Amino acid sequence: MNINYTPDELAFRDEVRAFLNQALPADLAAKVKGFRHLTKEDHQRWQQILCKQGWYATHWPEEYGGVKWTPVQKHIWDEESCDYGVPRSIPFGVNMVAPVIIKFGNEEQKKTYLPRILSGEDWWCQGYSEPGAGSDLASLKARAVRDGDHYIVNGQKAWTTLGQYANMIFCLVRTNTEVKAQEGISFLLIDMNTPGITVRPIITLDGEHEVNEVFFQDVKVPVENRVGEEDKGWTYAKFLLTYERTGLAGIGLSKAALSHLKHLASRCIKNGRPLIEDTAFSQRIAKVEIDLTAATISNLRIIAAVEGGGMPGAESSMLKVKGTEIRQAINDLARRAIGPYAIPFVEEELNLDYEGEFLSDENAAPLSAQYFNNRKLSIFGGSNEIQKNIVSKMILGL
Amino acid sequence: MDFQLNEEQQMLQDTVARLVRGEYSFEKRLTFSETEAGFSVDFWKQLSDLGLTAVPFSEELGGFDGGGVEIQSVMTELGRGLCLEPYLQSVVFGGGLINQAGNESQKEAWLSGIASGELQAAVALQEPQSFYDLNDVQTRAEKKDGGFVLNGHKAVVIGGHCADLIVVSARTSGDARDANGISLFVLKPDTAGIERRVYPTIDGSKGCDITLRNVHVDANALLGEEGGASEIIEYQAGRAIAALCAEAVGVMEVANELTLDYLKQRKQFGVPIGKFQVLQHRMVDMMSELEQARSMAILAASVADEEQSNERRRVLSAAKNVIGRSGQFISEQGIQSHGGIGMTWEYNFAHYAKRLIMINHQLGDDDFHLERYASLLKAS
Repeated sequence: MNINYTPDELAFRDEVRAFLNQALPADLAAKVKGFRHLTKEDHQRWQQILCKQGWYATHWPEEYGGVKWTPVQKHIWDEESCDYGVPRSIPFGVNMVAPVIIKFGNEEQKKTYLPRILSGEDWWCQGYSEPGAGSDLASLKARAVRDGDHYIVNGQKAWTTLGQYANMIFCLVRTNTEVKAQEGISFLLIDMNTPGITVRPIITLDGEHEVNEVFFQDVKVPVENRVGEEDKGWTYAKFLLTYERTGLAGIGLSKAALSHLKHLASRCIKNGRPLIEDTAFSQRIAKVEIDLTAATISNLRIIAAVEGGGMPGAESSMLKVKGTEIRQAINDLARRAIGPYAIPFVEEELNLDYEGEFLSDENAAPLSAQYFNNRKLSIFGGSNEIQKNIVSKMILGL
Repeated sequence: MDFQLNEEQQMLQDTVARLVRGEYSFEKRLTFSETEAGFSVDFWKQLSDLGLTAVPFSEELGGFDGGGVEIQSVMTELGRGLCLEPYLQSVVFGGGLINQAGNESQKEAWLSGIASGELQAAVALQEPQSFYDLNDVQTRAEKKDGGFVLNGHKAVVIGGHCADLIVVSARTSGDARDANGISLFVLKPDTAGIERRVYPTIDGSKGCDITLRNVHVDANALLGEEGGASEIIEYQAGRAIAALCAEAVGVMEVANELTLDYLKQRKQFGVPIGKFQVLQHRMVDMMSELEQARSMAILAASVADEEQSNERRRVLSAAKNVIGRSGQFISEQGIQSHGGIGMTWEYNFAHYAKRLIMINHQLGDDDFHLERYASLLKAS
């Protein structure tokens, strides 16, 4: 057993660091590290830089413009990205719909959509959940009825992340109501500019507009926009969800958040001393850091297994639960660190161009909002309860 | 032994409950929150018309000498409505400080106004470096021309943006964090040298930070004995803690009711999600937390107006510790039980969740009070 990186892997890490040192714009990194919101333009700018380097599509085969990285190399990239404050890739196009198109789509679809994902011409969003279909995704009701060369789509999707920026949506729709729920679903690629589609914001408890409802009223979708076979969409959807689940543990993001927390705790004052010297608080930080160390190694064990040819299975569900709990615990501590200043909501300080005086610590403004916003971590991507069901069924056989 | 409210206390609670039910729908609250005051001026007037702003004060001031239990009755119902009015700041805390420390002429000038609701007080005791330690005071008051000159910065003054009176702590002697040497002053916010930075709070209310630059006040602004305010502040903060605990119980009650309703009506996999054991047990835990919190709120109310003692200190810290923990549990587990809908602005649960977390940031969080309780163990 040798749990260290090989010389080749270390050399790859140096290459990643050299690239990030040279190519990552300082203003973007500052936004990411300060937990500020990124605009559509910010994301697109970084995507162009990555594409030029050939490092954007890390889950694609090389023939379509992907990069051939091992699971360990992908992990190194993730880890360094979080450390440097790289803007998180919006996964819906590059990491979610693209692998489905590559595996199940026809040549025409590959030729049409993959280059547009690489170039940034298309911004994709995900049409999975519905108001009545969350954890029980297979009960979805959005209906697609065949009418000659088209499907006519009616229904509603919910929790559509960044749908306000998207021009394309991949949707699970019901094409057959006569069969078992899972067997009557198809996977459609829909242009958001088609008449009959309405996007309505859902404002979250922190006042942010990140998610949306998408309404479909008699929306005409060409049959050629269906991926794979009719009524087989559930298979493709599940394939996509395994991609979604990897990375949801957010180990790298937790590491970045922890280092931010320690920095914060060394600046906040309690009893005239830095908070990090306070016994109770430093022990709270220590505990979460220890938990994170364990989760980091668990994550590496899964990656090593995949590197050796295995498939990430229910173990990634376990890690999703642990990882999200750890990140939420870090957010909780960051909010606690600023004491009474957790209460004010000073929106202008969320803007990185803010030049006025800071109410308290320059990084205090987003902390409470972020704590509340990240309650979503244990809900989305399959709630932690659903992940535990998967573990108990798949691993324990209960 | 009797845990029931007496007839008068029950009437008091019913009165507030009726008022909140009638006037404080969730939709209305959102609009109150967005006004310049950040609360309903009209609702405040209704509270005062019913004599509710006078509850803790003497009969001469139109009150009925209400104690911890009477305040508890009012605050729990205000908590159920997530009411934004500065009852805690003005009636309980600010009014309490003036009532305990003020001389006759000060009480005459300010207390009757606070009791009638015509005057609103805010309390400015925290500072940027103080965390939750109210003895950590660096604001200074120097004697000058028969009065005082104040310089310093007071932090997170809820309701301070529109209060008529601001009760400020400042050091007249001693070093930072000394208990001795802290004095209280009652300031009018339009006094020269007072600058307020107003902001909304994340739980829908409003507050401000206050900078004091060479603020001249006359001797009559000094509340109580010069340098002797620490004990008064601690005592009144204790009353405010008991009131906050009662508010938290009201918030938790509604949070649990909403969650239980949701578990019964939300269907997934063909059944109400309340049929799933993991959610049943969670709901039971939320209920147990509420009952623990309720017990501590009752205990806190019972000592709130007792003479100061280490026993009173311990009880109040214990109560605030429990409320902080159970509030966070109910907030987080309630959101989780709701799923995505629990995180939206349009649905009321999230607003209850936010209030519960922010109550933990007022007058010391669970960690702070655990430490305080532990230090009192040594003292006994």
